Amino acid sequence: MNKKKTSSYRIEVVSRVPDSRSTVKQKQLHTIGFNGQIKQLWLSDIYTIEKELNQNALSKVIAMLSNPITQQGNVSGKIQHKKFDFVIEIGFHPGVTDNIASTAKESIGDLLKSNFTDKENVYTSNLYFIEGKLNANEVRKIAEYFSNPLINQIAIYTHNEFVNKHEFKLPSVTLPEKQNVGNINLNIRDEKLAEIGKKGIKNQDGSYRGPLALDLEAMKAIKNYFEKIRRTPTDVEIESIAQTWSEHCKHSIFANPIDEYENGLYKTFIQKATKEIRSKKGKKDICVSVFIDNSGGIIFDDNYVITHKVETHNSPSALDPFGGAITGIVGVNRDALGFGLGAKPVANTYGFCFADPNDNDPLYKDESMKQKMLSPRRIMDGVISGVNVGGNCSGIPTPQGFMYFDKSYKGKPLVFVGTVGLIPRKINGKDATHKKANAGDYIVMIGGRVGKDGIHGATFSSDAINSGSPVTAVQIGDPITQKKLSDAIIREARDLELYSSITDNGAGGLSCSVCEMAQESNGCRVELEKVPLKYPGLAPWEIWISESQERMTLSVPKKNWILFKNLMDKRGVEATIIGTFTNSSKCIVTYNKKLVMDIDIDFLHNGLPKKHNWTRKVEASLTECVIPLPKNYTSQFHEMLARNNIAGYSFVSSQFDHEVQSSSVLKPLQGKGRINADATVIKPVLSSNKGVAFSQGLYPSYSEISPYDMAACSLDTAIRNIVSVGANIESIALLDNFCWCSSEDPKRLWQLKQSAQACYDFATYYETPFISGKDSMFNDFKGFNSKGESIHISILPTLLISSIGVIENCEKVVSLDFKMPGDHIYVLGNTYEEFGGTEYMLSILEKNNFGNMRTPKVNPTENKHIYKVIFQCIQSDLISSSQSIGRGGLACALAKSAMGGMLGISVDLAKLPGVFSRNDAALFSESQGRILVSVSESHIKRFKRLIKNTPHALIGIVRNDSLIRIKGIEEKLIISSNVQNISRYYNSTFSEY
Amino acid sequence: MIKPKILVMSGYGINCEDETKFAFELAGAEKVDIVHINDLIDGSKNLENYQIVAFPGGFAYGDDTGAGNAFANKLRNHMWDDFMKFINRDTLTIGICNGFQVLTSLGIFTTKAKTYGERMFALMPNANARYTVRWVDLGVDVDSHFFRNIDTISLPIAHGEGRFFTPERSMNDIKDANVIAARYIKGEMCEFQQLTANPNGSLEDVASIIDISGRIMGLMPHPERAIFFTQLPNWTSIKYSRRYENEHLPKFGPGLKIFENMVSYFS
Repeated sequence: MNKKKTSSYRIEVVSRVPDSRSTVKQKQLHTIGFNGQIKQLWLSDIYTIEKELNQNALSKVIAMLSNPITQQGNVSGKIQHKKFDFVIEIGFHPGVTDNIASTAKESIGDLLKSNFTDKENVYTSNLYFIEGKLNANEVRKIAEYFSNPLINQIAIYTHNEFVNKHEFKLPSVTLPEKQNVGNINLNIRDEKLAEIGKKGIKNQDGSYRGPLALDLEAMKAIKNYFEKIRRTPTDVEIESIAQTWSEHCKHSIFANPIDEYENGLYKTFIQKATKEIRSKKGKKDICVSVFIDNSGGIIFDDNYVITHKVETHNSPSALDPFGGAITGIVGVNRDALGFGLGAKPVANTYGFCFADPNDNDPLYKDESMKQKMLSPRRIMDGVISGVNVGGNCSGIPTPQGFMYFDKSYKGKPLVFVGTVGLIPRKINGKDATHKKANAGDYIVMIGGRVGKDGIHGATFSSDAINSGSPVTAVQIGDPITQKKLSDAIIREARDLELYSSITDNGAGGLSCSVCEMAQESNGCRVELEKVPLKYPGLAPWEIWISESQERMTLSVPKKNWILFKNLMDKRGVEATIIGTFTNSSKCIVTYNKKLVMDIDIDFLHNGLPKKHNWTRKVEASLTECVIPLPKNYTSQFHEMLARNNIAGYSFVSSQFDHEVQSSSVLKPLQGKGRINADATVIKPVLSSNKGVAFSQGLYPSYSEISPYDMAACSLDTAIRNIVSVGANIESIALLDNFCWCSSEDPKRLWQLKQSAQACYDFATYYETPFISGKDSMFNDFKGFNSKGESIHISILPTLLISSIGVIENCEKVVSLDFKMPGDHIYVLGNTYEEFGGTEYMLSILEKNNFGNMRTPKVNPTENKHIYKVIFQCIQSDLISSSQSIGRGGLACALAKSAMGGMLGISVDLAKLPGVFSRNDAALFSESQGRILVSVSESHIKRFKRLIKNTPHALIGIVRNDSLIRIKGIEEKLIISSNVQNISRYYNSTFSEY
Repeated sequence: MIKPKILVMSGYGINCEDETKFAFELAGAEKVDIVHINDLIDGSKNLENYQIVAFPGGFAYGDDTGAGNAFANKLRNHMWDDFMKFINRDTLTIGICNGFQVLTSLGIFTTKAKTYGERMFALMPNANARYTVRWVDLGVDVDSHFFRNIDTISLPIAHGEGRFFTPERSMNDIKDANVIAARYIKGEMCEFQQLTANPNGSLEDVASIIDISGRIMGLMPHPERAIFFTQLPNWTSIKYSRRYENEHLPKFGPGLKIFENMVSYFS
């Protein structure tokens, strides 16, 4: 029989009026050096529709896809363009998520009342028309700038080529129909066994499937298990074990015995801190669910629990910044949806660690310098854009976050993404924070379909990025598919009690989510052929471990299935039974009735051999350097405000929606000067005056000097930031995210141990429990620099501490901007000569190694007292403005409060409490525990009474003009500027972004 | 006093339904239902039973193929007649942000009577080609049920495609028909935050349009995000500017008035 090829129509839509997308793209080309050569650039959208359409249908489709007021749509070729010299076409590779195409497909099917068959499809691409004198290399450079070779395919046409004949390869996925399950012989020499662990299972053509990230000990444990049960493992089993045992899922570095601690760092320091705090606080314990669920939960009020979880998505963001970041944020939203029976995401947080965006010196993955890494600027732009789309499209405010820059993030950026959730404590009288899959419940997958995307995501992020990285690790999120899923669960199915348990499909895909839930019932039976696929041709092991996004796994009692399925159908959410939970104590997987996996649940979860790690103290090998006093304090002050790590980034805050859900109380940009604030407050229950404050703290630049102080300061800062706006230290919980490097190195492990110790010490002192955490242990880049030399870039050991606290009354909270001329400026807390790792020290020693100067130390007794006092002051409405003093020290905090209010200040540093003998210490030291406040004259008496037992001083006054005048410790004027001038420095750094 | 029954549309990426419902309730409404569009399509819910329909903000279909376009197509393909019946009764319809984009794509805002379906203007990508979140000030142009007793109002925006555009000839028709409900002006919030009046490059600063019946209104800013005093960007400033030394803080924000106006239309 003759197979008739489906017709395809290439529809082009172009703007008839000036289109800002095109103008902005043209402007971007200026930033990479195309000045003047490009006369004009404009874009058009291409929809390639593979479906039989008659003329009438085609016209209807064209009309639907183009806006009659501003656009012209037609079959490509029939559109008249202005004069152009080149056309670049950018589309996707096969299998890459194309959200616009999915929407177009749905809309076309709906319009024509004719759904697409498996053979029919829609693909999108963009045309970039360029008028200008350019050579072929320059056009290629432009094409590369607007695309990413890992996800995009590009074509370049000259004017004549485009007009006469051009063809763009459609990214249809074609895979061999039949995929067999292979048995893997482990009865081989150790070297071969180790090779499988490192490179992956070998395909028939000799290539490797991709890293399993299992070491020899782990491989031997698998070998022994199968020897004991007397059979050869299948590839499904090996891949599944590798996922479950990956560092990403098991966190073995934190769990394994280390030095004298048999129970490992997590149990010894993090979990133990929480246990001790909870039992000490007794009835005042705020925790509801810690560590065991997808997020941690604390009490909000009698009716609700607040959850929080922070994840990282570092490796994917290095390869495809947009895709990595969007899947990161949309992924951590599922950690809220997967808490208890499902929490509603009410806020996102972010934290980006990048290399300097002005660094244009390229890195390569390979020695032949063919595989170029994306530049820091490209990574930064893509990550910001990914969180923008992910957060905004999902209708979740993203009010709180930071950017931090250091050259060590050049090979691997860090992308922290967090989600705060809200869940009723009880639903229909039952505890909504608990869940349990029961034997006999259906295993149901809902949301997106499964493709090859994300295969080996879990094992891949446990390995350093090198040229063997599989491109299937790259994927793009689809927030709308998830939004539909989320609405159907949180708004309807949850409260109808249609399911008994739920979890996220994240790292490891079904293999991890199903096996995790199978622990609740003690067994599962999965039929892999039932899993809905994006395209045919996936092997069973691929279906099982694929990390295709926007999916959750639920256990649905049989009696509820029809109801559940009908509801999901009505909400446009695909729901499929893929198996049944059992109590057989086994994980059994079949594919077309053939047994492909049969492993004891216990071995799967507990079979990974424990490895004892040993640490080696890092001796201070850094050169002593005495910081010379600045010649001109005013210019030093200005320079500090413009530094990447201090400057304003309002362009980020004003593109992440922070008003949606109508919950905003303290916004990311505060005061007249729209200053980036460290802490945010939201009111997540509209009918309640209670709020939630949250913030983050990190000091990677302290790590190489003192990892202990680094962790202590991060923790103190995260707490202080929300205490400063009005949180009560008694209701604060913490989250830890360790992002480390080379974690097989005993020195790095020593730094890790030191930091974990500090987490325990200070959390227990402040009685602020850890409720959730996540780590990422191998943030290393091994590749080549622009000279072709082999290099290894490790990130600075980075610990992010996130804080979250409940606010009793939102009307009490305080913003950072100075409010009124004449208000008194106070500093609470002592200042010391603590320069080690500070932003000030970096500014002076930019090109040197770290000096072995003193990193800021945390004095928890003194600080806790200050935090309690400030809470009383805020509750009594005594404070006009308040700001935690952090990076850049007092001078930068003063500048932010002054710019916030657009008011001048007169400050006298001689009165500042503490122990120091230099003006630069008073200005820029990052001593912890300090808060900058302003108080109106009428409140001074009551304020002074409350703070009398804290270290504090009146250091100045808010002026009624715009002058910034700071006197040094010798009573001489050392800084003289004005508020407009400092705002220019503060806003200059990212003004063109 | 007659209390209207209110339907808040949801589904496919709309995301402001909860706060929109809450704002109506705060404004005195007693019956507000969040209804999935598919429940209207399959008939399990019916527009006949409602007096107000709100198309809330959100990201229907992720703004793919143009903001509001795909959702408008869905409505046009499946419930156009029902919707026409609804708007031809003495009812109110409001489209907020993405909802305004949906109504615009449907061609609801016309300058001639009974020509629903024909688009008069477009909401294009912002001049900066970026999703933009900030507060704006509006000056009310035309007296309408929605903006009754409001001269100026400050509200937040959050959108990527809100730039009002139409060719000159249509602009003249629009002006003649007197349907420009509100424009961006430099008011309290722009002064406070030192921002320009027009956030997105809208032609002649247009922010809101009503239809000629005066019963349908669309606007890019979000009144439901300005219902509490503590949502204003300058509330902490006002609190401490000593005006309230001996007074209680205001409880509500300016956006509530729009919802109150809609609810009281039926009394």
